[in-house]
Amino acid sequence: MLHIVVCIKQVPDSAQIRVHPVTNTIMRQGVPAIINPYDLYALEEALRIKDKFGAYVTVITMGPPQAENALRKALSFGADDAILVTDRAFAGADTLATSFALASAIGQIEKNMPVDLVFCGKQTIDGDTAQVGPGIAKRLELELLTYISSIESVNAAKREIVVQRRSEGGVQVLKTRLPSLITMLEGSNEMRFATMPNMIRAAKTKVSRWDRVAAGIEDVSNIGLKGSPTVVSKVFAPSPKTVKAEMVQTESNDPQDLAASLLMRMFTKFPQVREEIARSAN
Amino acid sequence: MEKFDCIVVGAGPSGNAAAYTLAKAGLSVLQIERGEYPGSKNVQGAILYSDALERIIPEFRDEAPLERHIIEQRMWVLDDDSYIGTHYRSDAFNQKPYNRYTILRAQFDKWFSEKVAQQGVLVICETTVTDLIMDGKRVVGVRTDREQGEVFADIVILADGVNSLLAKKAGFHPELNPGDVALAVKEILFLPQESVESRFNVNEGEGVVIEMIGKITQGMMGTGFLYTNQESITIGVGCMLSDFKKERIPPYLLLERMKNHPAIKPLIQGGEMKEYTAHLIPEGGLRAMPQICGDGWMIVGDSGMFVNAVHREGSNLAMTTGRLAAETVIDLKRAGKDFTSANLASYRSRLDDSFVMKDLAKYRDMPGVFHANPQFFTTYPELLNNAARTMLTVDGGDKKSKEREILRSFTRSRTLPGLLSDAYKMWRALR
Ligand SMILES: Cc1cc2nc3c(=O)[nH]c(=O)nc-3n(C[C@H](O)[C@H](O)[C@H](O)COP(=O)(O)OP(=O)(O)OC[C@H]3O[C@@H](n4cnc5c(N)ncnc54)[C@H](O)[C@@H]3O)c2cc1C
Repeated sequence: MLHIVVCIKQVPDSAQIRVHPVTNTIMRQGVPAIINPYDLYALEEALRIKDKFGAYVTVITMGPPQAENALRKALSFGADDAILVTDRAFAGADTLATSFALASAIGQIEKNMPVDLVFCGKQTIDGDTAQVGPGIAKRLELELLTYISSIESVNAAKREIVVQRRSEGGVQVLKTRLPSLITMLEGSNEMRFATMPNMIRAAKTKVSRWDRVAAGIEDVSNIGLKGSPTVVSKVFAPSPKTVKAEMVQTESNDPQDLAASLLMRMFTKFPQVREEIARSAN
Repeated sequence: MEKFDCIVVGAGPSGNAAAYTLAKAGLSVLQIERGEYPGSKNVQGAILYSDALERIIPEFRDEAPLERHIIEQRMWVLDDDSYIGTHYRSDAFNQKPYNRYTILRAQFDKWFSEKVAQQGVLVICETTVTDLIMDGKRVVGVRTDREQGEVFADIVILADGVNSLLAKKAGFHPELNPGDVALAVKEILFLPQESVESRFNVNEGEGVVIEMIGKITQGMMGTGFLYTNQESITIGVGCMLSDFKKERIPPYLLLERMKNHPAIKPLIQGGEMKEYTAHLIPEGGLRAMPQICGDGWMIVGDSGMFVNAVHREGSNLAMTTGRLAAETVIDLKRAGKDFTSANLASYRSRLDDSFVMKDLAKYRDMPGVFHANPQFFTTYPELLNNAARTMLTVDGGDKKSKEREILRSFTRSRTLPGLLSDAYKMWRALR
């Protein structure tokens, strides 16, 4: 049976991030965590392969203990196994250190069951680098297929895969051998709605937790802050909007009056608009 | 097909209290919540009453996300541009363990749900229960909006909040009467911690509650409220749904006007709006309470009308009913008894013995009296405020004449028998 590993990351839902009105820093508190949306395309594609050809799907994430929720969600969609790679030693990792740790963990997974395919999202919405997938492929010497929009076929016996890759000029159809690593493009599929039995199974499943040693890492110099050469030279917040929305109100609340009041206000603020309209009316 | 000892529908305070208590006693529990995560659907900013939670999770103070403990309660009766009222503040409220806290529901419910999951409850979110599965008259499970969505249990606890569609569908609950529910709108306004503390004259961790009645509801039956959080303020107003329908006043406009009241405006000035929400509160009291249990099912929290509108207590009744329902189930299970309507009746007697039914019984006439007598929301606030102004304005008039003038203003607008009858009604309703 094919063995597919899907790498996912839990990220703050960027649609719901607020900037602190006084200090201008990002307020993480209360911002819900979600699975990186690009990773969902990767997971769904893996699950479709499972549906069509039969496969065992393992999801893996490196992150803080709360990332377990993301894995549980992946299980509810139909993944078979979930591994949380979590250790204080990983804190502060950039893409180089992250791909090192994940590659090492996948190496450990492989000891139990050889891996045929690794799926990643195209990039994360909180980092936007698109470097982790290729980093893993390189380290594990997997055939790297990035920006894949669809999988045409997988042949487990011949150990071949045919995919479509979006490129600037059009669509490339590529065939390569397994094992390979695929990063999925957005919009390539739509995540399924989990079934009730899968929801219950996910709630019941114990997610395995791997620390640094379990992930096969002895030397700490390649992980966490130490293994991260990236330097963040400056962080700044775009200046907040100074214009506030105005509320149009009238005594009557009658739509006619409201519209009139709105127009009056616009005309006072932007006299040129009024002139423009007057001109075109003539 | 999965079968559990118990299915709990909803992960608000009542459902969490029930699920936690059941799982702690070793029962297998499935909890189903339609929100993205517990708390995601719940109106933010509220008062938490310690006692009810303490009986479930005694160590909650060390872990739960709490905003401020309350040391001062203000009651304001408002006219258009003034208020008269009382403030009660006591350093006794600074003695640990604290009695009341402000909380942000989204964070609090999430924490509570984590505790529930730690007890071994299978918590499933983003899933809506669409129907109860019946075997004759008996509830044997629930149907959800997911594929292969049927799950079964010996008992189903409905903790699905006000306007329980499930109870209605199953015929346990009549259609909600707009006269039995309030529509409340509220906002969370962000303010720096220092502003909150200086404006309300409190130290770090201390908080203030303001309860308001009067012209802010424009003649409708309702109240306004304001709570201080760590670095935000919750402000809101709620009126009976039937009144909103009749008066055709948009709720947000009511809140907008209230925020502009000269006594309120300076308190919230500069506040950045974080959240605006609208939610129903079941306020019909004892007279509007549906049947609360039957063969294989029980109702807890808002879906059973367990709200004390006079004191704005809801979450504590929700937690208490959730816990008592769970304890009923645990005892029956231990005694090897079936969850029949007759056996579950002990839920009702547990409720009767608790503050829940005693308080609801005490105020059972309140909704009716206030409905029939809008003068309590309009005329009296005006009369009281005018009386204060008359007495406090030094203008050469003598005090005795002023007193007479005030008395005349009362009898003129309510007549003497009217005043006596109002006083009697209030006494009856509050007795
Ligand atoms: C504006 C306002 C202010 C309030 N202030 C206070 C206060 O200060 N103090 C206080 O004690 N109380 C207050 N209350 C009342 C309090 O919020 C409620 O009494 C309390 O939340 C009731 O808890 P519950 O668990 O019964 O219902 P809810 O908290 O409403 O929880 C019900 C849950 O069930 C879920 N659900 C519903 N239907 C389904 C379904 N079919 N399938 C799956 N899940 C479903 C919902 O998503 C929800 O999470 C206030 C209420 C309002 C509206």
